[in-house]
Parts: sequence; C-alpha cells; structure tokens
Amino acid sequence: MSERVSLMQGNEASVEGALDAGVRFYAGYPITPSSEVAEDFAAKLPPLGGKFIQMEDEIASMAAIVGASLAGKKAVTATSGPGFSLKQEIIGFANMIEAPCVVINVQRAGPSTGLPTSPAQGDMMQARWGTHGDHPALAVAPSSVADTYLLTFQAVNWAERFRMPVMVMLDETIGHLREKVILPSREEMIIVNRKHPQGSPQSFQPYDIEDEDLIPPLPPYGSGYRFHTTGLYHDETGFPANRPEITKRLLDRLHDKIDRYKETLYLYDSFGLRQANQLIISYGGAARSAKAAWRIAREKGLLVGLLILKTIWPFPEEIVAQAGHDKNNIVVAEMNRGQLIGEVERIMDKRIPIRGAQRADGVLITPEQILAQLEGVN
Amino acid sequence: MPKKGEVSIIEKRCKGCNICATYCPKKILGLREDGKMEVKDPDNCIACDLCELRCPDYAIKVEVKENNE
Amino acid sequence: MELEKYFRENKLPHIWCPGCGHGTVMSSIIRGIDKAGWDPNKVVVVSGIGCSSRAPGYMDFNTLHTVHGRAIAFATGIKLANPELKVIVLTGDGDGAAIGGNHLIHACRRNIGIKVVLFNNYIYGMTSGQYSPMTPEGSLATTSPYGNIEPPFDLCELTKSANANFVARGTVYHTRPLISYMEKAFAKDGFSYVEAISQCPTYYGRRNRLKSPVEMLEWQKKNSVDIKKAADMEPEELQGKIVTGIFADREKEEYTARYDRLISEIQGGKK
Repeated sequence: MSERVSLMQGNEASVEGALDAGVRFYAGYPITPSSEVAEDFAAKLPPLGGKFIQMEDEIASMAAIVGASLAGKKAVTATSGPGFSLKQEIIGFANMIEAPCVVINVQRAGPSTGLPTSPAQGDMMQARWGTHGDHPALAVAPSSVADTYLLTFQAVNWAERFRMPVMVMLDETIGHLREKVILPSREEMIIVNRKHPQGSPQSFQPYDIEDEDLIPPLPPYGSGYRFHTTGLYHDETGFPANRPEITKRLLDRLHDKIDRYKETLYLYDSFGLRQANQLIISYGGAARSAKAAWRIAREKGLLVGLLILKTIWPFPEEIVAQAGHDKNNIVVAEMNRGQLIGEVERIMDKRIPIRGAQRADGVLITPEQILAQLEGVN
Repeated sequence: MPKKGEVSIIEKRCKGCNICATYCPKKILGLREDGKMEVKDPDNCIACDLCELRCPDYAIKVEVKENNE
Repeated sequence: MELEKYFRENKLPHIWCPGCGHGTVMSSIIRGIDKAGWDPNKVVVVSGIGCSSRAPGYMDFNTLHTVHGRAIAFATGIKLANPELKVIVLTGDGDGAAIGGNHLIHACRRNIGIKVVLFNNYIYGMTSGQYSPMTPEGSLATTSPYGNIEPPFDLCELTKSANANFVARGTVYHTRPLISYMEKAFAKDGFSYVEAISQCPTYYGRRNRLKSPVEMLEWQKKNSVDIKKAADMEPEELQGKIVTGIFADREKEEYTARYDRLISEIQGGKK
C-alpha cells in the first residue's frame, strides 16, 4: 500500500482517475484544450479491454457514452466550451433517464470559438443550467493535478451512485498544468458501482424505488431485465405518462435524490477561516492565484481566510454561509465576468460586502488582482 | 386439396382502415357499420396470410386449418 | 408466425392513425427478428423522435426512446460497449435523413453491426405534416404550401456508397419482400439499412390527393419498380418512382469484431 508519485498533466490525471474508478468506455470528438484526454484514453483503454471511439461530432459522443452506460460500462467524454454547448440536450436526456456518465469540460475562453488555447471559467453556470428544464446538477472543479485525479475518480463514483451525469469542470490552466503529484495507492481508492435489481426480471420496474435512497437500480442491457426508457416524463414502469401528479413525482425525486445527500457532497479546502475578518472564495485554476494572494495577505498581517470550492454543484451553500457570515469583506475570485459570485450573493446576508476579482481575457487571474479587492492591503 | 384458413379479428385493436378487406383475394372480409372489420365469409379463406401481414394494427390473425379429410 | 409474444400487449392498440403504414413496418421487423432467432434479452431497439420512434414502446425487448436524430449514435455506444447485443435502430425520414443524417453516414462507414430500419412516410407526422428531406418534389406539406421545391434524398444510394454491408428498400404494400429484407438485414454481421416506404394517410395522403390508406397502398403498388428492371430504365422514366430491392449485399468485417481483434492483438503483445 504505497502512494504513487509521478509528474503529470491535469488532462492526464483526469484519465488516470477515471480508469482507476472503473471507466472502460470513452467517446469523444477532438477539441482544444481537451484533446489530450481523448488521446490518453485512446492509448490506455484497449490494453485494458476497454473501448475508445472518436465519434463524428460532439453530440454523437455524448449519445454514445449514454448508450455504453446503459449497456453496463462506466463511460466518459471530454470536451471544451463549444462541445459542451452541443452536448447539452443529451446531458438533459441523461438526467431524465438517469444514466450514469461523466463529462470532462476543459474550459476555454468563450463565447463561441473564443480563445481555444486560453483558460477561462465561463461555463460554470452552463454546468448548472445548460440544458432545458429543471434538473439538479453535479459538478466539481479541480485546482491541482492531484485534485483532478481525485475529483474525476469521485465524479465517476457519484455518477454511478446517483445515476446522473457528473461534470468535471477543468480549465485550460489545470488541464495543461504539469506538476508533481502524490496519489493514494489504488487499494485505498474505494470504487462505487451502480445498484443491480434484487428482484426477478418478471417483476422489475425500472423506475421503482427498492431502497430508501430514491435511486432505482440499473441492470445492463443483456442481463434479462428488459425495460423501456424514454426522455418523456414517465412513471415507475418507464413508459410515458403525462399526468401532473406523475410529472411532479418524477421531478421531485430527481431533485430530492441529490438534495437529501448534498451535505455529504460538499468537497472544499479551507485555510485560516477562524482567525479572519475577510474571506477569499475561489475554485479551479483561479484558486491557485487565490492561494498565493491569501499567503501574501497573511504575510502582511491581514486576517484573511480562504475557501477553495471543489464541489460547485450542488452549490455548497451551508459551507459558504458558515465561512462568510462573520466576515466584513468577501472576495470571489474567478475567471469570468462573475458567475459563482451570484450564488454567494444569493445566500449571504445583504449587509456583508461581496466583491468580485474577475478576469475574462484569456489570462490566468493574478494574486495582485485578488489582493486589490481586500481591505487594508496598501 | 387447397389450403384452408380460419380468420379472427381482435376488435379492440381494429381501426377500420379497410386494407385487409381491399386486398383479400377471396373478398371474405368487410367493414361493419360500427367501423370494425368482420369476417363475412369464413369458409372461403385460403390462408394466404396477406391480411395478417399487412394489418397495421395486429388486429387480424389467420390460422391454417388442419385438413382432416 | 406468432407475433404476440414479442408485443407489450398492454400498450396496444398503438398511437398511430388508422391506416398508418408504420404498424405494418413494425410487424415486418418483428417477423425478421423471429426469423433471426435472437434471444429477446439480447435485443436492444433504439429510436429517436417522431412517429416511427414510438415503435419500440410496443416491442418487448430492451427499448430506448432517445432524442431527435441521435438514435444511431446511442446505438453505436451500446453495440461497442457490448458487441453480443443485437442492436436495431428505428427511425424516420425526418429523424434519420435530416437531423440524424450524419450519424447514418458514419455508422455505414464504420460498418458497425447496427440494423437501421427507416420508416419513410415522406412527412414529419408527429409535428403534423412538414416536408422532410425525402418528400417528393411537388408534394404539399404544411411547410411547402406551394409544393415542395427540394429534391428528395435517395438514402439507399447514399448508404450503399457509404459502405453499408446491406441495403434494401421495400414498401408496406409489398409486405412479403419487405419482411424478407428484414430477415436478410438482421442476418448480417455488419451495418444494414432497410428503408420501408410507409403511408401517412393523415398528413401526407390527405394533402396530396391520396384520400385513403388503400389509395396510398395503390400508389406504392403502381409506382414501385424492381431494382433489376430499373437498371434498364432511363433516369427520366424513374422520376417519381420507388426503386425497390437489394442495393448492396457485402461481407466486410464488422466494426466491433475488428475492434475486438485489435484488443487481442494489443493484449497479445503484437501491437
């Protein structure tokens, strides 16, 4: 049981994390800055007996991983902004039919083709609200290469446990960052698999809740449990049903299955929160600059705390509220024109000033930009 | 001996499109007033199966009769 | 042949209009599956959106009703993830030729072992009668009120050129040949495409002076030309005709079998 030390890139670490979590299927389409993810899967899956396929477009890639998931494989795709936009309809479908899968989005500056090789965090709200209709979302944002490994592993586990798509919101900074990582031994990594039905195929109803956890079991195609699946609103049998009470019941359950467990899903790092009267909140690539800013501020004798969010959706409201309620200045550092700052504003007491340290010109935000939003720096 | 068939209609599925009756070579089928198909001349079925193959609603079955003579 | 064991009996009667040809296409598919002798537990039927795509709900297999146009892409993931599954895609002239056209071409190119049956009724029925890429020129539709000015796709020629292992076109009127194309298509390992000319009395027929389902079948009968006969006809003579028969029948290596061979080469140290 020894830890693993190596030098790797964020994109590579996402592949390692996925493979260690049991992923054996990848479908994707080339797009910068995520292409290394596809290339790495293409090299590593076949020797493991897994399948890699380069599909004809982004939408087809998303469809293929949902299909592979229903056939029993843990499946992943990777993309960047334009592809993430294209995949949205099927991300919604996967939410509706409850198909486990993972989407890695190595964010670049948008909108449109934007800056293909430059970092950004402009898709954070798209990860929440990108597809039409109401649905919950699960998304993580790594801020280091080691985090990328661990959070992608976690994303696969969550996809299996909650039967839904999980987004790994990388950004170009982390995707292309090469650094030394120390990973736990494989024996220490606990793999979660989707539930298999306990009853007989004859009595099986695909959306019937056997356990208290609100998550129906999912047998793979070919196992004898034949069932129907549709993106239409459906009842326990899987067949279309449009009565208001059935619609409400399904939509409530899709939300409740995450709401009920949300506090166990909040992953974050915090530094010096207790002895602080100011707070920096950040995530992903921007969190590296936030950490540098926090260190400098501390060296200057300022009482500043730092909260690095790893789980983005569901938004860790209780964690943010707890960290920020007694502060007199909150700085939200992100590489966009202000996305998660809206979530912070929504949950905090309106009397606490909240400032954005934002940068959306394709360049990594600097510690100085973040420091400039703190009180008493100069 | 020519083949003999026995035709039956599953009424709840029949939508009265009249395809089976039109193409029955022995003209043994016809629409009732309520819009459902009925077998008017059961003895003349030659078990060609065309009605069953074409029926879009799976509402008509042809069984080949055993020839006991 | 006993169809009933393949139906989800409690879902019948189906939602299709009286005289709609889709029911006949679906029973032809079931007859083909029966002939193939597949274990229903190993059969996956995938569809997109549209009238044709409602068929899987009535069929007692593993069935997946997906989003518009992408059924073949879902099916590709299913087949590649578990090649022992028998994967059938049911699509229509809108779902398969318009929004899903690119997936069709690439599935042909890969020669992946998916069987695509395209229900061609020349119209978007579910959205009540817009013209599709396969609507004949001159036809009236809600979005071609002055007559369609776009030439229709010939997807049999397209799929044949794109490397499909098996390609055929039949009509609902000519039911026995249609069933035989299903049987042949399902017996193939590689990619198969069967186009079934179906009738939409509600949205195509009424607007185009084909007043009943029977008139529409008569139209199929009158306008069909066997592919062997068509070979000797001039393009002008074939204008507006339905060429039926087998367009391609090949035995190229199927994609997932090729993939598994690659994996064993890699694992055996040959790559």
